[in-house]
Amino acid sequence: MITIDWLHFTPASAFAGGLLIGLAVALLILLEGRIAGISGIVGGLLQPLRQGDVAWRLAFALGLVAAPLLYRWLLILPPSHIDAGWTTLVVAGLLVGFGSRLGSGCTSGHGVCGLSRLSPRSLVATIVFMAAGFATVFAARHLFA
Amino acid sequence: MSILIPLLIGLVFGCGLIVSGMSDPAKVLAFLDLAGDWDPSLALVMAGAIAVGLVAFRLAGRRATSLRGKPIQMPTARQIDRRLLAGSTLFGVGWGLAGICPGPALVLLGTGAAKGFVFVLAMFAGMAIFTASERLSRARQAKSAPDQ
Repeated sequence: MITIDWLHFTPASAFAGGLLIGLAVALLILLEGRIAGISGIVGGLLQPLRQGDVAWRLAFALGLVAAPLLYRWLLILPPSHIDAGWTTLVVAGLLVGFGSRLGSGCTSGHGVCGLSRLSPRSLVATIVFMAAGFATVFAARHLFA
Repeated sequence: MSILIPLLIGLVFGCGLIVSGMSDPAKVLAFLDLAGDWDPSLALVMAGAIAVGLVAFRLAGRRATSLRGKPIQMPTARQIDRRLLAGSTLFGVGWGLAGICPGPALVLLGTGAAKGFVFVLAMFAGMAIFTASERLSRARQAKSAPDQ
């Protein structure tokens, strides 16, 4: 049985944040003609296909990095907790970087944009990485803890 | 300014990640922990983002160029192959280990968290390893089939 943690359940802010992410996705495709897949945008910096393909990628990534600075300036930045140890972080980072490039997308590219495009390929990718995420947390917290 | 628009869109995306709770790895892990005290919030992040995304891509699908006259570049790949499955599995395991995916990683970098910095470095290294292995296998293919 699944027990829901009602105390930490934040449906309103989660949905509102989701709408903002959707707005960014909408603006990027309708204004720039590009898919808002973070791993693809950032990964493309390491293998630029042609000239003029680097600036917009860097600008978008810089916007993401600057977001908490802007947020902190206007409002109170909600706290974030990184519980993983250093070794776990490095392994996780390597897997996230390599895996998202091999699978051509991550939570944003497949999970948000791909599902919004009703792409069967992205639906499969999303089911696979969600299942892998659930299984990994289950193993880490309930099998080997 | 052509780079001002992607910069602003990145800011909106990042603020969405912060508001939604996606940039808090502990909250992401609580979502992925079905067998523990489950926090379903992040399902609503997906719902909100896809609700807007569905409309946006429906509109974009009817056009050849963007509102700023740029070509609309939709992904063309359709195949569900071993690369997609293996890559998504590796990505999911990494995501489950730390609770961080690429967008939130960049936001965490901006908060000044040392652990965010280390994660981003490792993520770039993973991407660089992928790019290098692609080049290597392409070079090998070119060698074994010199006519192509």
